[in-house]
Amino acid sequence: MKILSHIIIFLILFPIKSYGLIEVDITRGNLNPLPIAVSPLSIDENSRKDFEKILKKRNIGDEISKIIEVNLKTSGLFNPLDKDAFLQAPDIANLKPRFEDWNLIKAQALITGKVSYVEEKLRVEFRLWDVLAGKEMVALAFTTVPNNWRRVGHIITDKVYQRLTGEKGYFDTRIIYVAEEGPKTKRIKKLAIMDQDGANNKFLTLGNELVLTPRFNPTSQMVTYLSYFRNLPRVYLLDIETGMQEVVGDFPGMTFAPRFSPDGKKIIMSFAKDGNSEIYTMDLENRIVEKITNHPSIDTSPSFSPDGKFICFNSDRSGYQQIYVMKSDGSSVKRISFGKGLYGTPVWSPRGDLIAFTKLHKGKFYIGVMRTDGSGERLLTENFYQEAPSWSPNGRVLIFYRETKTDDKGEGFSAKLWSIDLTGYNERMVKTPTDASDPSWSSLLSN
Amino acid sequence: MKKSRIRNIDQGAIMKLNKILKNTLLIVFACFALSACATSKKTTGQMQGDVYTGTDTVEYLASGVPDRVFFATNESVLTTASRETLRKQAAYLRKNSKITIVLEGHADERGTREYNLALGERRANAAKDYLMTYGISSDRISVLSYGKERPVDSGSNPLAWSKNRRSVTVKAN
Repeated sequence: MKILSHIIIFLILFPIKSYGLIEVDITRGNLNPLPIAVSPLSIDENSRKDFEKILKKRNIGDEISKIIEVNLKTSGLFNPLDKDAFLQAPDIANLKPRFEDWNLIKAQALITGKVSYVEEKLRVEFRLWDVLAGKEMVALAFTTVPNNWRRVGHIITDKVYQRLTGEKGYFDTRIIYVAEEGPKTKRIKKLAIMDQDGANNKFLTLGNELVLTPRFNPTSQMVTYLSYFRNLPRVYLLDIETGMQEVVGDFPGMTFAPRFSPDGKKIIMSFAKDGNSEIYTMDLENRIVEKITNHPSIDTSPSFSPDGKFICFNSDRSGYQQIYVMKSDGSSVKRISFGKGLYGTPVWSPRGDLIAFTKLHKGKFYIGVMRTDGSGERLLTENFYQEAPSWSPNGRVLIFYRETKTDDKGEGFSAKLWSIDLTGYNERMVKTPTDASDPSWSSLLSN
Repeated sequence: MKKSRIRNIDQGAIMKLNKILKNTLLIVFACFALSACATSKKTTGQMQGDVYTGTDTVEYLASGVPDRVFFATNESVLTTASRETLRKQAAYLRKNSKITIVLEGHADERGTREYNLALGERRANAAKDYLMTYGISSDRISVLSYGKERPVDSGSNPLAWSKNRRSVTVKAN
């Protein structure tokens, strides 16, 4: 929460009339990304020097525009144009773009802006223009502490994305994951967190004990994860800001596969005893524990629907791993996966319409999505090994991890994070300083 | 009559000979086939079905008491060999009544992390239940699942995976 409180954002929305302006369709694989020009944010010489002193960046206006460019490119929906071709200088473009010039280099949209140093704060103004119509689409100004300069780039990208696609962005977000090092047989694992674009990577644990499956609270800076502290695998709660940790509940055995409820008030997880794993919830306020499933098979990987009324989970009650949906009190259990193969790791989309999953069929692993009744199964990507999809907060992108095959000597192993668009296009490796697995995407930080 | 009888006898003898020849041929063929099987089994490693039957990774709690049992893919059923191993462990534990143990359950890398944690727990409990039926008190046994987190063989092949699907009995004191 601290991070949120020390970013002061004043949003001054200028009135925008609706014209027949450009739009980006994100419901289909976008093979023709929208050509967009990101003019470097203009900066006066005094502000430039001030920021150079504080942030050790020669030109913070350039740096912020680079973040926007990378974000837009990574989304797969936009094609940021080469800056060398720009005809208009940043300071003039910011006031009144010469649309003919931008039209000439085939830009359909243009981002301009200005950064200044005002009362020890970073003030930014930006505008999004429709080049063909010659119209302003968004104009916005906000102020924040200089150290938040990267977030400024992400917030601008979110506003541009939202204006052009009609849906909220996912750029001012973070990803928590497990950083991995060492040989496969003695892997060292640490919790790590980074911005969505890989910047500001930080390790949250030292690697003394095995940690797995961290997941964000959708409403705060809390994380739940599995730790083997003192060789007792238990679900923990971690406050990223304070570093405070606590065990969740008092179970006489292994608890695992934790996730928050959509309101952030409960943790849902599995508890394993005598060879049987059942799903439980614990209310974080009154500590009341409820048993949700009651079946001698393995019941695990639970995930709430965004309205909190349903839970999808993984069970082998049919003999093999399949996906089931039940009401949040554990009633009306229904199997929804019926395709060939085994299904695991169901995760409910934040939009509510889809469930993402991992599928194993004929020795290959797939990441896919299906409707919440199990219909419309779509496989997005196939590989030797991949699992554990996590949704971007707008439900448009999935991040997951992928492992490579080792050779006969057991060498060549790697684990990396990858993202893919819901349409199955735009598959990308997400760079991390070490090997990585078990990613979880945060909600938008600035909303 | 005599002539023909002789002929008949002869024919009978010839037929018998044929049969013998045929049978020996069959046996010879069968031998070939078997030896072929035997050699091909060797090359795919020490597995029966997909359960590991070798001793590469096995350690011993005491002389003649193997420390681990192996499982088929997605299974937690004890094989005949596993039950024999566990009976030896039970006998050893009955003799050394102060020893307490941890049963560490493991899965191979070909499954999702969370399901494998549950599967490892189920495998270790299969071993625990069997030890208990042979007189080992549950007070002396704790169970710990590592899922797929601690493979013994880092290979990505069926033999490596079979070695990793295991429950290992570890002395806790």
